[in-house]
Amino acid sequence: MALEFSPGTLKKFEETVARYPKKEAAMLPVLYLAQEEFGHLGPEAIEYVATLMEQTPARVHGVVSFYTMFNMKPIGRHHIQVCRTLSCALCGAERITAFIKQKLGIEIGQTTADGRFTLSEVECLASCGTAPMMQINDEYYENLNEDKVAVILENLK
Amino acid sequence: METILLRNVGVADSHMLATYAGRGGYRSWQKVVESMKPAELIDEVKASGLRGRGGAGFPTGMKWSFVPKDNPKPKYLVCNADESEPGTFKDRLLIEQDPHAVIEGTLISAYAIQSHTAFIYIRGEMVYGATRLERAVEEAYRAGFIGKNIFGSGYDLDLIVHRGAGAYICGEETALLSSLEGSRGWPKLKPPFPATHGLFGCPTVVNNVETLAALPWIIERGAPAYAAIGTEKSKGTKLFSVSGHIAKPGVYELEMGYPFKKFLEEDCGGVPGGKKLKGVIPGGGSMPVMLPDEIDKVNLDYESVQAAGSLLGSGGVIVMDESTCMVRAALNLSRFFAHESCGQCSPCREGCHWMEKILHRIEYGQGEQGDLDLILNIAGNIAGNTICPFGDAAAWPPGAFIRKFRGEFEAHVAEKRCTVG
Repeated sequence: MALEFSPGTLKKFEETVARYPKKEAAMLPVLYLAQEEFGHLGPEAIEYVATLMEQTPARVHGVVSFYTMFNMKPIGRHHIQVCRTLSCALCGAERITAFIKQKLGIEIGQTTADGRFTLSEVECLASCGTAPMMQINDEYYENLNEDKVAVILENLK
Repeated sequence: METILLRNVGVADSHMLATYAGRGGYRSWQKVVESMKPAELIDEVKASGLRGRGGAGFPTGMKWSFVPKDNPKPKYLVCNADESEPGTFKDRLLIEQDPHAVIEGTLISAYAIQSHTAFIYIRGEMVYGATRLERAVEEAYRAGFIGKNIFGSGYDLDLIVHRGAGAYICGEETALLSSLEGSRGWPKLKPPFPATHGLFGCPTVVNNVETLAALPWIIERGAPAYAAIGTEKSKGTKLFSVSGHIAKPGVYELEMGYPFKKFLEEDCGGVPGGKKLKGVIPGGGSMPVMLPDEIDKVNLDYESVQAAGSLLGSGGVIVMDESTCMVRAALNLSRFFAHESCGQCSPCREGCHWMEKILHRIEYGQGEQGDLDLILNIAGNIAGNTICPFGDAAAWPPGAFIRKFRGEFEAHVAEKRCTVG
C-alpha cells in the first residue's frame, strides 16, 4: 500500500502550507511531518511528498539528501549524535564516542540489533561551553563523562 | 557594566511574556509602531553604530537602507538563528532564555523595511529553542504584538518560526534563503544582494539573532546611549562564547574593546590545571588561530582583532592549552569544512577534502615532504574563488595553523608520528 499521511497529519500539512507565502517554502516543515509519520524518508515517502508539494520526486530527493537531519534509511529509536567538532574534541568527545561504541557494540553509523540505538558523530551543535555533549533525538545532554553516559543509555529503553 | 543582551538571562521564567513585558518588554516595539517612521528608525539605528553580529560586522541601519522603498514586491525580514559556527553558542542562549527579545528585535527590523512577513530561521537541531520561540510567538500574537493592525496602527506583520534541517552553510544568508525557498541550501552569487533580490526574488534583509536582540534596548535608551559604549568604530556590547581549555566556559557580554588577555585570565579564570595557553581562536572555527603573545595587546573589537591578523567573527573563543596537538586541531576543523561544503564550487568541494586528507596523513605518521606547502597552495586556490565566503572560512584555519605552528607540523612529518602528548 502506498504511503500517505494520517488525517491528523494531513490537516497539519494544510495548515503549514497555508502559513507560507509560497507552497515550496513549506518543503522542510512538510519533510519533517513526513519523517515523523513514516520514521524515515525512503523513496516512497519522497514520492508522496513530491505529489503533495507538486514537485518532481527528483527535486524532493535533492532536498532530502542535502540535509543531515533527514534520514533516508531507517534508524534506531534513540539516535545518539555525539558532537565531534573542536571544542568538544578538546574536552574529550573521542572518549565519549569510544565508550558508547564499546558499550553498545556498534560502530559509528550502525544501529543496535534490537533497533534501540543508532550512533552518529555530528558537527558542532552550539553547546561548546558544556562540552563534551551529545544529542539524542531532540534532547541535548551536556558536560558528559563515561559514568553519565552509562546512566543516560540505561534509561533509554 | 550594564548588560544589554543578557539583561533578562537568569531571571526566573525569562522566556515568558509576562516576565518579559513586566521588565519593559515590547515597549520599544510599541514606540516604533506608534511614533516612528521607518526612515527615522533606520536613522536611529545607523546613529547607534550597531553592526551585524553574525560575523561580518556590517552596519545594521545601512543594511536596512539598501531595501528599495518603491519596489512593489513584498519585502521579507529573516532572523538568522542558524547558529552553527564551531565554538559559538550565544544565539542559542538568547533564543532559549530570552525569546521575546529576539522576537521584539525581529519585529522592529521588519518594520524598518516595511515587511509584512518575517521569519526566524532556526537551526533544526535546536528543538528546545524552536519550541520556546514558537510558544513565545503565540504569546505575542495573542497579546496583539504580532498580527493584523498592530497597536491600532494599520500595520500588519506575520512571523513564522522555520526550522532548518542540519546544514552549516544555511547560516550564510543566500544559502539560508535558498533553504527557506524549499531547496538545497545552496548559496547564490552576489550581486544582486538580498536587499534587492532575496527570498523569491523579493527585497529581503537577514539579521543575526544577537543583532536583533540589541534593538529593543537601543530604541528604549536611544542611539547616543548605545554609541557611548564601546570603541570609536565598534559600538555597544557583544556576546562572547568561550569554550575549550578554560576554567569558566560560557557566554559573556562585554563592552566592545575589552582587553582580550584580561578577559581570558580574569573573567574566564584562565587555562585550568596550571597549564599554559598555546593558542586561541577569537571568532569561531573559521577564523585564524592566534598565539598567546599575539593576544597580549589585542582588544575585543572588530578593528583590534583584525589588526592582529584574525577576525572577531561570531565571538566564538576557542581556547587551547599546551597539551593540544595543533595538527589535530587543524584536522578537526578541516574535517568540519569538508563535511559542510555544499558542493557547488569545485575549489571548495574538492579542496576541503584534500586538505582534510593531507592533514590526516600528517597526524597519523604518513606525512610527506612538501605536504605543508601543498595545503597552503590548496587553501590559496580556494579562498576568493567560490560563490560564498565558506571557501575563505575553510581556507583560513589550516593556513593559520601551519604558519603559526610550522615547527610542530614539520616535526610530525619528519618523525612520522604525532609529536604532542
